[in-house]
Amino acid sequence: MIEQRPVTIEQLETAAQPEKLRRIAIEPLTRVEGHGKVTLLLDDENRIQQARLHIVEFRGFEKFIQGRPYWELPVLVQRLCGICPVSHHLAAGKAIDQLVGVEQLTPTAEKVRRLMHYGQMLQSHALHFFHLSSPDLLFGFDSEISQRNIVGLINAHPDLAKQGVLLRKFGQEVIRVTAGKRIHGTCAIPGGVNKALDSSERDYLQQDIHQIITWGQGALELARKLFMEALETNQQFARIDTHMMSLCQDDGALELYHGGLRVTASDGSRMMDKIDYREYDQHIREEVKSWSYMKFPYLQHLGPEKGSYRVGPLARINNCDTIDTPLAEAGRIEFRSLNNQGLVQSTLAYHWARMIELLHCAEKIEQLLDDPDLLGTDLKLSGEMRQRGIGVIEAPRGTLIHDYEIDDDGLVSRANLIVSTTHNNRAMNESVRTVAADLFNGQEITEGMLNHIEVAIRAYDPCLSCATHALGKMPLVIELQQPDGQIVDRLIKDTQGELKR
Amino acid sequence: MTNSFEIDGITVPFSNGQTIMDAALTAGIYIPHLCHNPEFKPHGSCRLCTVLINGRSVAACTTPAGEGIVVENETHELVTQRRLLLKLLFVEGNHTCPGCEKSGACQLQAVAYHCGMLAPEFVHFYPKRSIDASHPDTIIDFNRCILCELCVRASRDSDKKAVFNISGRGIQAHLTIDSPSGKLADSAFNSSDKAARVCPVGAILPKHKGYNIPIGQRLYDQAPISQVGDVAKHQEVADE
Repeated sequence: MIEQRPVTIEQLETAAQPEKLRRIAIEPLTRVEGHGKVTLLLDDENRIQQARLHIVEFRGFEKFIQGRPYWELPVLVQRLCGICPVSHHLAAGKAIDQLVGVEQLTPTAEKVRRLMHYGQMLQSHALHFFHLSSPDLLFGFDSEISQRNIVGLINAHPDLAKQGVLLRKFGQEVIRVTAGKRIHGTCAIPGGVNKALDSSERDYLQQDIHQIITWGQGALELARKLFMEALETNQQFARIDTHMMSLCQDDGALELYHGGLRVTASDGSRMMDKIDYREYDQHIREEVKSWSYMKFPYLQHLGPEKGSYRVGPLARINNCDTIDTPLAEAGRIEFRSLNNQGLVQSTLAYHWARMIELLHCAEKIEQLLDDPDLLGTDLKLSGEMRQRGIGVIEAPRGTLIHDYEIDDDGLVSRANLIVSTTHNNRAMNESVRTVAADLFNGQEITEGMLNHIEVAIRAYDPCLSCATHALGKMPLVIELQQPDGQIVDRLIKDTQGELKR
Repeated sequence: MTNSFEIDGITVPFSNGQTIMDAALTAGIYIPHLCHNPEFKPHGSCRLCTVLINGRSVAACTTPAGEGIVVENETHELVTQRRLLLKLLFVEGNHTCPGCEKSGACQLQAVAYHCGMLAPEFVHFYPKRSIDASHPDTIIDFNRCILCELCVRASRDSDKKAVFNISGRGIQAHLTIDSPSGKLADSAFNSSDKAARVCPVGAILPKHKGYNIPIGQRLYDQAPISQVGDVAKHQEVADE
C-alpha cells in the first residue's frame, strides 16, 4: 500500500500549483464534535496533491474571560463544550486552587472531583464509541451510507445501541449527582468542592455500577475483536508514528486527574517523565498556520517539524506502565502485546484504548462509591492568594491545559488554554494525508472513499469547538466578486494581523 | 372591625397607612417587584408591581390600600405587561444567567420565571460596563445592575453613608460610587453595611464565594419566588 503513494505525506500539506487542481470538500465533517471540514485537491488523474483538515468555527474564550473574577472560571469555561464540560470545569478548578494557594485538597473534595471526572470520561467515551464510531466499525467504512449511523445501529444491533445509551446515561448521572446538573453544573470552587454525596445519592449510583462494569467489559471486548478481525489493515490505516504525551502517576500508572507529564518517543524510549505540568510552557510551543483556526503544538526542544505528538486514549494507554484497576489492566496488557517493544501507533487502536479507559473509569467509580470519604463534610481549604494558576487534566480526548493570571483585585488578566484536540491537530492532518495518499491514487472517487478520511479523523474523537482559540491571529481572506464570479478585489490578513492585497 | 380590600377575589385585611404591597405581603399574596423592600421607603421605579384599581394602573408599592377597593394582580394583561418589562431589563444590561454566580438565587431571574419569561425577545444592547473589584470583600458587577436604587437607599438611610447614587438620565442612567477615585475601595463602604445585602441581582456580591451553594440548595431551587420571597429577606440569615 505504502509503495503506491505518489507523493510523500509531507508534500500533501501544500500543493505546488493549487489553482490548477480540482477541489473536493468534506463539509461538514459528520459524527465528530464541533464543525470542521477537509479539503482535498486532486489532479486530472484523481491523484491527491493536497489534503487539509480545517476547523471552521471560532470561539474566543481566552479573550472574553479577561476581566472576569477568577472564581467564575470553572463555570464560564465549561461552556466551551457540551460533551466534556467537566474537563474544562476541573482543569479551571485545579488552576484556581493554586490562585487561592491550595496545593492539596481535602480527601472528600478530591474524591468528589475524581468521581465527577470518571463519570464524564465514561459518558464521553461511550458516546464516541457507540454513537459516533461503531457504525463505521460494525458496518464497514464503505457500507451503505443510509445505514451508517446511530439509527442503523439501533436497527441492526438494538442491544448494543441500548448499552451505549445506558452507559452514557450512567456517566451523566454521576455528573448530575456531583454537579447538580448533567451538563454545565457547579462543583469545583476555589480550594475544594461545593458539595459531597449523601448516602442516598451514593446508593442510587451503586445499584447500577455492576451492570456498567459488565457492559464496559463487553465494550472493550468488542473494540478488541473489531481491531483484531482485520489486524493487518487496521494497523496500517491512517497510521503515523508519533511521540505520545499524557499525565502519569509517579509510579507510572495510568492517571486521568492529576500527575506529572510523560512523553514517550515514537520509538518507545522515554523522552520526559514526572514533569510538573506547571512548567508546560517550557516544553510546549504552538505554531500558527495561515489556513487553520486551530494551532499546532509541538515539543519545544524538537521544533515544529519533529516535535509533534499525540494525546488521548492511545497515548495514555501506551504511556502508562500499569493500570491500578484489575480488569482494565488485563485489557492494557493484551493491548500492549501488539507491540511490546515500541508503541502501538495504529490510529484505529484509539478505539480499543478508549474502551480500556471506559472500563477503568467504571472500576474507579465502583471503588470510589465504596469510599466513606465521598460522604465527608470537609469540603474546602484556603491559603495565600497567588497571581498565576495552571491546571492540567487528562480530558477524554487528551491532555487539557488551563493557564490563568489574575491582577491584585482577583480579575483575570491573561488566559491560555491548550485543548486536547489541539495537540492532535498535526497528527489528524497527517492521518488524513496518509489515507488520502493511499486511496486517492487515480481511481474514481466514491462516497466511501471520503468516509475513509472521516474515519481517520473520528478515531481521534476530536472536539473541534473546544479547540479554536487563536484570537487575533486568525488568518482571513476576503474576496469581492462580480455576479459572474470574477474576483474584483482580495484582501488578506496574515497570521501576524498584517493586511495585504 | 378591620379594614379590607380585594386582590384577585381574595379578601385582604389592612391597617391604616399600609400600601397595597404591604397588605399583600402580610397576607402572603405575591405581587411581583424588584425595587421594593419593606425595610425602605417605597420607590415605585421598576413598575413591575403595577396593578389595576378600577381599570387604573398604579404601583402597588406606593399606593395606599383603601377600604373596599378591588385590585387586579395576576391577570393575563398584567402578567404580559410585566413580562415585557422584564424582557426589556434583560436586554438593557448584560444578564448571562448560565455563567452568573447569582443564578438560582437571583430575584430578576426568579421574577422572570414567575411571569413566564422563558427566552429573550428583543435585541441585546450589550452595553460596555465595567467591574469594580477594588474592595477586598465586595465586588460590583455593573453589567447586572438594574437601577433599583436599593443599595442607594440602604447606604443613605440605614448605613448613613450615601456611598451609592444614580447618575445620568434615561438610557445613560448608571450606578456611581461616592469616592475620590470612583472606586469602592476608596469609599466609606464596608462589607458589613446594609447596602452589601440588599441587591436583588448579582451586581453587589461578596468576593471569593461564588458557587459555594450547590445547585439544588440555592434560594429559588426548590420553590418559586411567590413562596420564597425576596433575596434580601434571606440575605441576613445567609451571612450569619
